[in-house]
Amino acid sequence: MNFRAVKTIYLFEMARTFRTLLQSILAPVLTTSLYFVVFGAAIGARIPEMGGVSYGAFIVPGLIMLMLLTQSVSNASFGIYFPRFSGTIYELLSAPVSSFELVLAFVGAAATKAVLIGLITLATASAFVPLEIAHPVWMAAFLVLTALSFSLLGFILGIWADSFEKLGFVPLLVITPLTFLGGTFYSLDMLPPFWQTVSLVNPVVYLVSGFRWSFYGAGDVSVVASLAVVAIFLVVGLATVWWMFRSGYRLKP
Amino acid sequence: MLAVSPYRQPAAVPILQRLIRPAHDEPTLPVNPNATPAAPRTADPKTSPADDRVMLLIERLSKVYAGGFKALDNVSLEVRRGEIFALLGPNGAGKTTLIGIVCGLITASSGSVRVDGHDIVRNYRAARSLIGLVPQELTTDAFEKVIDTTAFSRGLFGLAPDPAHIEKVLRDLSLWDKRNSRVRELSGGMKRRLLIAKALAHEPEVLFLDEPTAGVDVELRRDMWLQVRELRERGVTVILTTHYIEEAEEMADRIGVINRGELILVQETAELMRRLGSKQLTLQLNEPLSGIPATLAAYQLELSEDGHTLIYTYDTHGERTGITALLGDLSSAGVRFTDLRTRETSLEEIFVSLVSSQA
Repeated sequence: MNFRAVKTIYLFEMARTFRTLLQSILAPVLTTSLYFVVFGAAIGARIPEMGGVSYGAFIVPGLIMLMLLTQSVSNASFGIYFPRFSGTIYELLSAPVSSFELVLAFVGAAATKAVLIGLITLATASAFVPLEIAHPVWMAAFLVLTALSFSLLGFILGIWADSFEKLGFVPLLVITPLTFLGGTFYSLDMLPPFWQTVSLVNPVVYLVSGFRWSFYGAGDVSVVASLAVVAIFLVVGLATVWWMFRSGYRLKP
Repeated sequence: MLAVSPYRQPAAVPILQRLIRPAHDEPTLPVNPNATPAAPRTADPKTSPADDRVMLLIERLSKVYAGGFKALDNVSLEVRRGEIFALLGPNGAGKTTLIGIVCGLITASSGSVRVDGHDIVRNYRAARSLIGLVPQELTTDAFEKVIDTTAFSRGLFGLAPDPAHIEKVLRDLSLWDKRNSRVRELSGGMKRRLLIAKALAHEPEVLFLDEPTAGVDVELRRDMWLQVRELRERGVTVILTTHYIEEAEEMADRIGVINRGELILVQETAELMRRLGSKQLTLQLNEPLSGIPATLAAYQLELSEDGHTLIYTYDTHGERTGITALLGDLSSAGVRFTDLRTRETSLEEIFVSLVSSQA
């Protein structure tokens, strides 16, 4: 195991984040504030309590998930796509580094950044609504596992994409709709029965629900189902990456 | 002593045929009676630090890309430790594919590669640890500092930070003053040197330079050659690709000529140069000759089919070319000419004909 290489790549990726520290922090703080002004204060004031919490508090877990998913995917996809685009990937591929080590470093760095932003979002939210976290350990577990799974998805996307357009395509056309339709801003039981059933094939529903459960002790689906979905996501992602490296897909002709 | 046929072909081709002939099938190049044997011009293998240990062993290596393009066809090659080996070939010959396979950037279709005995697939960590790669394209991180990106390369190879070594590498490549500059601020020549610095950051034993002096001005090119020689003095094996013949001739102990994925020739540079360093004197005759006069037999002249042109091939490395004597003897034999010209059968020319003969 070439730990030093993993550390080198990880720190290099994190340095990229810290170089743009202001944007990295400012963007989630601003976005979260806007959501709270609009949904929390303006609209939320006219929405009754949901499951015993105010609407403003209700959307916090969903909002953090929204940030977590988009950040994980975009960080990880950009992290591996950019060396491919600029050509500096030659150095990574010709180094005595295994594919597992590469994934560990890139996905680890992307997930770290996503978790940091998730925590910043949480901190910002706490300035607007009183927060309670019923299961802090589970909350942290959901945070980390989701960040890892979606960073893995981003990594796959970064290897698959052969243009910047494709790189932006998946987050915009897949992640955002899935998140918005995943119960970020509403509870599933507010939907007609048919759409409730349809929602159950959306993996984000399970993530948001599980995460919300860790905050308020209640969710749309059982927490076991939520954990299972995260686990399946992680395994499928790992298997796909394993196949990509084994076949040299888009990396080694 | 009538030498007729080869003249109608491009001038280089007879030499090309001699060139490809196996070594034991000599004598080859026309030698004029007055010339002394040419001295080797570049590194003498006896004095070069290359030893018998094989550093790079390539066996029956082939690569067919997904589209069906055969980039390498059954290439076998041995490079000794401490040697400078030049891979010479036109664009698209397979040079970069060959280097790419050895360095782990491209998957071979068949065949095997060993670096100091380590198989590049089964034992990739050991093999790659020994290799430094300087790619052809100027691929660098634009926003990093020079010193950081060099240290990054070292870390990638699993080595502990060594600021002294990084400093030495950057100083050797005249980049120390630029250590805190962002890479995008560097000129093309500096970026090229930075890529070399990155490749040397982990103290490799084999250095691959893919077109190292492409787009580099003459002065810098000389500097770079000097640096490569210094590396060799330290025992680093250097494998470079180039399509500048001058570069191969100037630096390499041995040259391999590659075209359309086939390694057509591998030879000591000195030997190659000795064989190739010939020049031709062409005489347009006043009156056609039906044959070469017996008094001129020693010059091994070639006469064109129509008898109007005489060609004398001589060794430019010889102390005397024999031209004066030839002109005197021609005059005595009563052969008069209207025009004369000389041309060099350069390596460039030989190379072009070597390559086009395959087409």
